[in-house]
Amino acid sequence: MNRPDPDALLARVQSETPTRARGKLKIFLGYAAGVGKTYAMLQAARQLTRQAQAVDVVVAYAETHGRQETDALLEGLEILPRKTIEYRGVTLSDMDLDAVLARKPQLALVDELAHTNAEGMRHPKRVQDVLEILDAGIDVYTTLNIQHLESLNDVVAQITGVYVRETLPDSILDAADDIELIDLPPDELLTRLRDGKVYVPEQAQRALNKFFRQGNLTALREMALRRAAMRVDDQMRDYMRTRAIPGPWAAGERLLVAVSASALSEKLVRRARHLADELNAQWFVVFVETREQLRLSQAQQDQLARTLALAQELGAQTQTLAADEIVPALMDFARAHNITKIIAGKPLRPRWQEFLRGSLVHQLIRASGEIDVYVISAQAEPAAQPLRASWRPHAPFIRYLYAALLIAAATILGVLTDPFISATNLVMFFLLAVVVAALFLGRGPSVFASILGVLAFDFLFVLPLLTFAVNDAEYLLTFIALFMVGLVVSHLTVRVREQADAARQREQDNATLYALSRDLAVAADDKDILRALKTNAALVFDRRVMILLPEKTGQDLTPIADDNSELAENEYAVALWAYEHGQTAGRDTDTLPAAKMRFVPLKTARGILGVIGVTRNDESKPLSPSQRRMFDTFASLVATAIERIQLADAARQAQVRQATEELQNALLNSISHDLRTPLVSITGALTSLQEDAALDDATRHALIENARGETERLNRLVGNLLDMTRVEAGALHLRLEPSDMQDAIGSALEQLERRAQGREIRVQLPEDLPLVPMDFTLIVQVLVNLIDNALKYSQAPIEIRAHAQSAQIQVQVMDRGIGIPVEALPHIFDRLYRVQRPEMVSGTGMGLAICKGIVEAHGGTITAENRLGGGTLMTFTLPLKNISDAEKRG
Amino acid sequence: MADGARILIVDDEPAIRRFLKTILTAHGYTVFEAARGEEAISQMTAQRPDAIVLDLGLPDLDGAQVTRIIREWSQTPIIILSVRDGEADKIAALDAGADDYLTKPFGSGELLARLRVALRRAAKNANAPSFQTGALKIDLAKRVVTLGENEIQLTPTEYDLLRALALDADKVLTHHHLLRAVWGVGYDDEMHMLRVNISNLRKKIEPDATRPRYIVTEPGVGYRLRNI
Repeated sequence: MNRPDPDALLARVQSETPTRARGKLKIFLGYAAGVGKTYAMLQAARQLTRQAQAVDVVVAYAETHGRQETDALLEGLEILPRKTIEYRGVTLSDMDLDAVLARKPQLALVDELAHTNAEGMRHPKRVQDVLEILDAGIDVYTTLNIQHLESLNDVVAQITGVYVRETLPDSILDAADDIELIDLPPDELLTRLRDGKVYVPEQAQRALNKFFRQGNLTALREMALRRAAMRVDDQMRDYMRTRAIPGPWAAGERLLVAVSASALSEKLVRRARHLADELNAQWFVVFVETREQLRLSQAQQDQLARTLALAQELGAQTQTLAADEIVPALMDFARAHNITKIIAGKPLRPRWQEFLRGSLVHQLIRASGEIDVYVISAQAEPAAQPLRASWRPHAPFIRYLYAALLIAAATILGVLTDPFISATNLVMFFLLAVVVAALFLGRGPSVFASILGVLAFDFLFVLPLLTFAVNDAEYLLTFIALFMVGLVVSHLTVRVREQADAARQREQDNATLYALSRDLAVAADDKDILRALKTNAALVFDRRVMILLPEKTGQDLTPIADDNSELAENEYAVALWAYEHGQTAGRDTDTLPAAKMRFVPLKTARGILGVIGVTRNDESKPLSPSQRRMFDTFASLVATAIERIQLADAARQAQVRQATEELQNALLNSISHDLRTPLVSITGALTSLQEDAALDDATRHALIENARGETERLNRLVGNLLDMTRVEAGALHLRLEPSDMQDAIGSALEQLERRAQGREIRVQLPEDLPLVPMDFTLIVQVLVNLIDNALKYSQAPIEIRAHAQSAQIQVQVMDRGIGIPVEALPHIFDRLYRVQRPEMVSGTGMGLAICKGIVEAHGGTITAENRLGGGTLMTFTLPLKNISDAEKRG
Repeated sequence: MADGARILIVDDEPAIRRFLKTILTAHGYTVFEAARGEEAISQMTAQRPDAIVLDLGLPDLDGAQVTRIIREWSQTPIIILSVRDGEADKIAALDAGADDYLTKPFGSGELLARLRVALRRAAKNANAPSFQTGALKIDLAKRVVTLGENEIQLTPTEYDLLRALALDADKVLTHHHLLRAVWGVGYDDEMHMLRVNISNLRKKIEPDATRPRYIVTEPGVGYRLRNI
């Protein structure tokens, strides 16, 4: 029963014959540098060498970029030396292909498949090396990033703005015997990148920064996942086809029901259900959509949708196939799905039509081969006349008139040239007219034209002239030929036209889906998704859409916020039903069809995420089956996108939680350390003084001095903590008063008097410094912190300068100390950030964060930079005018 | 030594009272204690202290309230003890009539110095014709200011300001107090006038205006003329 598809078997035999001696290719596919492809490849290879029947593995080429964990994997593997070549004075090294071939291992590891070889190697591209290795019967493991695939090159460039020059034909993926997808969430990849775990060549740094953005990575990842999924799907089907595996269901009878847009099809479906039940068979309900069916009336489309919905309800798998011919499409489907019985309705076409166009049932029976065909009777009700929507620009009457005019023109041409041309050749004019009619006017007018042409030819050019009688019986043949040619040509041209239309339709569908999936791939939140869906749905269906998602708590659905997202109560009930039952409901369905909207559930593997609601724009027609199918595809794309965003959100939240926890831990550690240290000194000093009477005066004095210094430190720390809490809590209440910056600097220096002893501090202020609206005490605090840092991190003199610019005052504190490491510059104003230095200088990492909080509360800015010639320059500005603004902020 | 001057300590923290008592007794002062505002006022009448060390945060009355009540009948010097974020309270207390304040935590030497100044000021006759601190000399009768040998030219406002500071030398004078003393009632919000004049005054009398020697800024509170 489970017959292997003979064509598939043949194809496999053909494809297998030349590859029998070939090695197997396995590709470790990633979506960006740094996801761990090389690591995965080496790990897989190591496992092979460790198993009982160890595989002979050599590393032909591996690029670890000096990453330790990857390097460690290389240990114990045989590594072939690279080939070096002198090229224009530069030594280049690359994989030694000949060495690999000579060594002839069972498996060769070749990193970076898309690599372009150094000049002077045998092949310009590494992929060619790999193919040669495979041809030699050696298996190959290799790595590849998705953006190197030729077909994705443009897309990648479009999304990421980075053009990848090293590309590979897509067929390499198809040629691979195995593909392993190496996946890593973009967040983790970015973390790895930040931690310096991803190798980035110096010169590519900037381009890569552009490349490594969350949106880009997500899009690339989705592409890689989709590619891999596609491939797995193909492989699965391949495998099933060649081994005739029927699938994960029990083998048995499998029924195929062919339905049409007729009302009788519902009956057919119900009868088929009984039969399927009796046979305990799996059953499929299939509608083949040809060009003709695209022109179904609205009533017929609704009928068809009802039939398919009914079939689904009754447990059938439904499928709509787009094809030119019904019977071959049905048979292809039947073979692919190992159908054992086909069920069709009794012919409904009138006898004469059947005679002209052939009976579907007869065709089916003839094509069915081993498959049984059941014809089930269904009492015909007065069938609604199919109303064909015209796709041509003119009304039928006009088109027939044009056909007549064409023949008239041919006739005139014939009359004019009659003296010079024999009558048989005059036929050609009429033939031309018929062809033109077929091309531009459609089937009816072209048939009309051929009849008219035959009559005109007979009347005017065949003896006896001006009668329809024919003297020479040979002309009868001419008439028939002319008539037949007219029919055939018109039929063919119409068909070509329809196929072109269908192709265009398909292409448009694909383009639409592509556009939508691209928009969705870069969507960062629910609103982006809604926007992408709206744009594309409006474009394709001329429909308005909304997305409803459940609230975090409870069962209520809420629309993604939007300008026109109000929803009537009864419509909402329909949406809720669709959500709870996971079925499409509302307009043009069997459930609550009175609703204005149609709701399609968003289904994913994790369950139903929400629903999409669709409303018609006023006058538009209902969705055709193909449009509905398309819309369902839309829904599943949107569902995937929403799921992706929800997962990413969850991951991000987890990360934020973790970061917060880490920060809190760091804070606690830092504070407990910084609070205890002075207490230790103080307690130590006090207990020595109390208990040790033998101390001399100098020691006692030193102890006391030390303890006193520590109390000051403790006090500063507590002050910082209080300030920090205020800044953090947004509880900085600025008391803005016009104040003298010189006075503030003086006050700050006075506070630092003890600690600045013996240090030179130069203050340079212009005479005419204006008064600045500021909270005097807080700005003094800023200055104290900045000057204190300068004192801590330098020995040389410190300079303080201030000058007024147009609308602000700028204050600078400069030292010639050790400066700030470049990588620390962006972080030094972060809370609890402390530059890691070998020489420990005490501090809590709060001082600059407090400065920043205070200055920004004033509406000013604060920056840090390294000075030319060494040292640090801290600059802060305060606005001179916008007191009221600053007050609001405070 | 302080020849047995009587000091009233008002603080609700026993640890701080104990600490203060130890130090002050060691320096020859006679010490009385109060833990609450009401108690302080009754001690004030019962013990007649020569100076009061007053904490702002008391359980019953606010330190400024206590000051105001005491000032109704007594000019006994009051030194305020406060924690840093009680700035507004400090100003209120100074405006209510306190003589000085100290921020907690403080050094004992600092407290003793302030206490000495306060006691000296209270004993001194306020009508002295001239005032001298360091090289700065103010002849209050002739309205002449000299710095070492040189006479300093001051505007009338600058002189009034310096005079107000000198009359209460070593005492913290709030912005509010100075504005009222120099410009009169109704200038409470004209802080910039005070700032500008202080700045100008410093340029004339201070050797280094950035690190003033004579006119000291009490951030957020006011100014004090240091008696050197």
